[in-house]
Amino acid sequence: MTDVLNPPVHIESPDHGHDEHHGPTGILKWITTTDHKIIGLSYTVTAVIMLVIGGAFAEIIRAQLASPNGNLVSLAQYNELFTMHGSVMIYLFAGPFAFGALANIIVPIQIGAPDMAFPRLNALSYWLYLTGAITMLSGFFVSGGAANFGWVAYAPLSNSINTPGAGADLWIGGLLLTGFSAIFTGVNLCATIFYLRAPGMTMFRMPIFTWNMLVTAILILLAFPVLTAGLVMLYCDRHFGTHIFSVAGGGVPVLWQHLFWFWGHPEVYILALPFFGMVTEIIAVFSRKPVFGYKGMIFATLSIAALSLGVWAHHMFTTGVVLLPFFSIMSLLIAVPTGIKMFNWIGTMWRGQVWFSTAMLMALGFLFTFLIGGLTGIYLASPPLDFFTHDTYFVVAHFHSVVMALVLAGMAGLYYWGPKITGYLLNEAIGKWQFWTLFIGSQVFTFPLYILGLEGMPRRVAVYAHDAQWKALNDLSTLGAVIIGVSTILFVVNVVVSWKKYPAGDNPWDGHTLEWFTTSPPPHHNFYRLPQIRSERPTWDYNHPGHQALHHGQHDEPSQPAPEAPVS
Amino acid sequence: MRVEAKILLGLGLFFGLMCAVYWNWSLENAGGVMMFAAMLLCFLPGGYYYWWSRRMKARPEDDPNATQESGAGVVGAFPGTSIWPFTLGMGTFFVVLALVFGIWLLVPGLGLVFWAMIGGTAEGRRGGTH
Amino acid sequence: MLTPALPPQGATVRARRWRRLRRAVALPLAALALSGCTVPSFGASPGATSSSKSVYHLWQGFSIGAAVIGALVVALILYAVLRYRRKGDRIPAQSQYHLPLEVLYTVVPILIVFGLFAATLVVENKEVSNPKTNVVVDVNAFQWGWKFTYPGTNALVYGQTTQNPEMVIPVNTNVRINLSSSDVIHGFYVKAFNFSRYALPGVLNQFTIRAQNTGTYFGQCTQLCGLYHSLMWFRVKVVSQSDYASWIATFNNPTAEAAAKAASKTTSQQTASLVPSKPSSTKFGR
Ligand code: HEM
Ligand SMILES: [Cu+2]
Ligand SMILES: [Cu+2]
Repeated sequence: MTDVLNPPVHIESPDHGHDEHHGPTGILKWITTTDHKIIGLSYTVTAVIMLVIGGAFAEIIRAQLASPNGNLVSLAQYNELFTMHGSVMIYLFAGPFAFGALANIIVPIQIGAPDMAFPRLNALSYWLYLTGAITMLSGFFVSGGAANFGWVAYAPLSNSINTPGAGADLWIGGLLLTGFSAIFTGVNLCATIFYLRAPGMTMFRMPIFTWNMLVTAILILLAFPVLTAGLVMLYCDRHFGTHIFSVAGGGVPVLWQHLFWFWGHPEVYILALPFFGMVTEIIAVFSRKPVFGYKGMIFATLSIAALSLGVWAHHMFTTGVVLLPFFSIMSLLIAVPTGIKMFNWIGTMWRGQVWFSTAMLMALGFLFTFLIGGLTGIYLASPPLDFFTHDTYFVVAHFHSVVMALVLAGMAGLYYWGPKITGYLLNEAIGKWQFWTLFIGSQVFTFPLYILGLEGMPRRVAVYAHDAQWKALNDLSTLGAVIIGVSTILFVVNVVVSWKKYPAGDNPWDGHTLEWFTTSPPPHHNFYRLPQIRSERPTWDYNHPGHQALHHGQHDEPSQPAPEAPVS
Repeated sequence: MRVEAKILLGLGLFFGLMCAVYWNWSLENAGGVMMFAAMLLCFLPGGYYYWWSRRMKARPEDDPNATQESGAGVVGAFPGTSIWPFTLGMGTFFVVLALVFGIWLLVPGLGLVFWAMIGGTAEGRRGGTH
Repeated sequence: MLTPALPPQGATVRARRWRRLRRAVALPLAALALSGCTVPSFGASPGATSSSKSVYHLWQGFSIGAAVIGALVVALILYAVLRYRRKGDRIPAQSQYHLPLEVLYTVVPILIVFGLFAATLVVENKEVSNPKTNVVVDVNAFQWGWKFTYPGTNALVYGQTTQNPEMVIPVNTNVRINLSSSDVIHGFYVKAFNFSRYALPGVLNQFTIRAQNTGTYFGQCTQLCGLYHSLMWFRVKVVSQSDYASWIATFNNPTAEAAAKAASKTTSQQTASLVPSKPSSTKFGR
């Protein structure tokens, strides 16, 4: 253990003897590290690998659907493929990327902390995530194959009679591990944000990304225990002869859906809020303006979190056993804070200086794609319209508009913060190609699916032989998936081509927040020095004295004095 | 501390209200219980923070005019490196595999878990090696 | 529509802006009015039942709202990024709050949401109401097929996967469906009805349909139910009331009677606990 002191001013030079230099190297360093940046980097690499694996499954799915009676894979394999595609993407890519990867690296730096509050717990989170991912994916190598009951594992399809075999148990085991990983990360983020902020970094001066991560962490702590409990019950039903979800023994199958979606809907926001945060930071920096409606943004995030615990059964409208009006109005109301965010993003760009870097283009791509996903989500909050579209490709299209928007936002985050973590920029020209392929591919992929859904094509079907006319639209969607695949390859190419080529400097984007104040990459405990913190943009205030944020009615030229001289 | 407390208490209050409306209206127990638990889960730390916020003066991070020097002192003890998270992770991995492939895997699993718990605790006590 | 913002010059500018805004709102509305009752379908279709038509109109209403809001937001984004794209190193005014504007885009969406909710309730209440009727069909879903029985008659239709069992119902009549499942969860979905409902083990789901056009409509299981989920097809044949009566009568012979009896017996023996005879009232998960 090392005592870390504040303020970190007396560690003046980077070549001052530092503990890490004496530590282990190579693989042992990776295994024993407790540095949030290295752990975050491991998370990032693992999550991107998961994106590629999940994407590969998706490409096989799309190839199968390119013909009405496709026989690329069998019916059984198809069930495994979409189950594992959904599971890998949700449990192993989107979540860990959102709260394990970028949050782990950025949150402590944004609030001026030397590390996460519990560095060893943080390392444990990563190992649980990695082993969970291995556990879940190893289902493909056991007899009977991987889990095949959809990523939602509805009882009683998921019981031991309908789904015998180790694949399903590996799915449960993998989820238990990643579930605990998420809970520990949630604890860690809350403690870090509550206890390790730098002097002057009051709650209402935290960057929006950090705020969103705090709310995400709270949601994780509220939601994930329910999933874990549900999984334990499911395991008991499968192996210990309990009948919690089986009618024959007096249980209630729908209870699984209640447990699953009580986690599952907050999970949607656990996935989305971090990406909202990234986009907020990026839009502000590349418009050279403060976040418009900063406080409104925070209240919008908090109200999304509050409402998100009361909407779970909008996934269960067609069960016929839930209280329709309650869940309908609660779900519709979530559109309001989401809309506030959208208008705040536009307000941030308004009268700014919008710089079309790759990160900003990705963020703009997010705005458009998320707008489509958000608007179509409003339909699904209305029970009659949900009865109409539930379990058709309309729903698949809706949530892929959302998740592709999140992928765009995640890429924006990598282009924006990657240089801070690695010290090197990515190639902007390739980045723009990647953007256009990803953006256009996403629309070409999702748009036909909306129409297919309205024409009645159900999801999770390997063949649609009774209506071969759907082939044209399916082919278009497959084309979109191929374009998305190309964009993924472009990303890998970009990483290879730009490897240690374009040194970033400490502050390549004229950033606002504390991570742009320290070096790229930051030193072991993040800072050699800290500026005075007088707003949510300490680095900007330091670099542009006299340009702090204006309130409504204030005029262009600031009337207050510049912030006090920072500590140097 | 006060803002932190208010956020949690506010969320808990909202969940409580939502729970009351839902439970009375739907008569469905699972959701009612879960929302009630969510409320408690917010009140617990929220109440604790609130209790403390009334008893301590503002920390430097709660003070809008704090200078970097006002936080002088030890922020905390941070380990440089540690092998125990990895050991514990591997132990848990084996425990979960035991759920699938057979109970004998609990032997290495729980062994690693206990070893890591002892090792990790001792490391914390000793102050560690960084 | 929206021109670059001018430096504020007082009341005249504001009035001009207001007029422009009014025109921007009025134009699409006028266009809509001019096009008469041909509101676009937005990809949906009216369907074959009375409630499918209400759903269709609700769909159109939601779509108009979504289109207007979507177009507004897209226009704002495009305007912002094109008009304010970076032109130099000048630091723009660092304005951060505009309370009236923020209140506006909080309150207006709330109003819209309550409007949508009200419209939703109207259609929803129509769909979940179960008026009295004497045409009842017991629909039982199983891995992987459908069984349609008609209580009080000998009629029985049974078929697996692509055998396409056909549910026959009379036109312009309220038909009560009692939906149940003998194993896992299935989804009863008929595109032409703009409607779907789960077949849950242990729960009796009831709903009423009133077909308004004769014809044969395709239906399919929409909730993943295992290996042959993709192929769990059926059809609904809507016939005239007299055709329906004579169809029921074709089952009034000894073999059909025996089959119907046997079918009802197997159901009650094998899956007594899975196929309830009346709506369930379990408290957990209900
Ligand atoms: C490369 C881009 C992607 C393509 C081409 C793609 C394709 C598909 C398709 C065609 C399905 C429907 C399968 C079926 O119902 O038969 C599907 C399902 C799904 N996808 Fe994706 N997807 C992509 C990216 C993502 C991402 C990024 C996520 C999440 C972060 C995601 C999450 C899901 C989920 C949860 C399901 C539902 C699985 C289930 O039904 O159990 N997908 N995907
Ligand atoms: Cu949801
Ligand atoms: Cu099915």
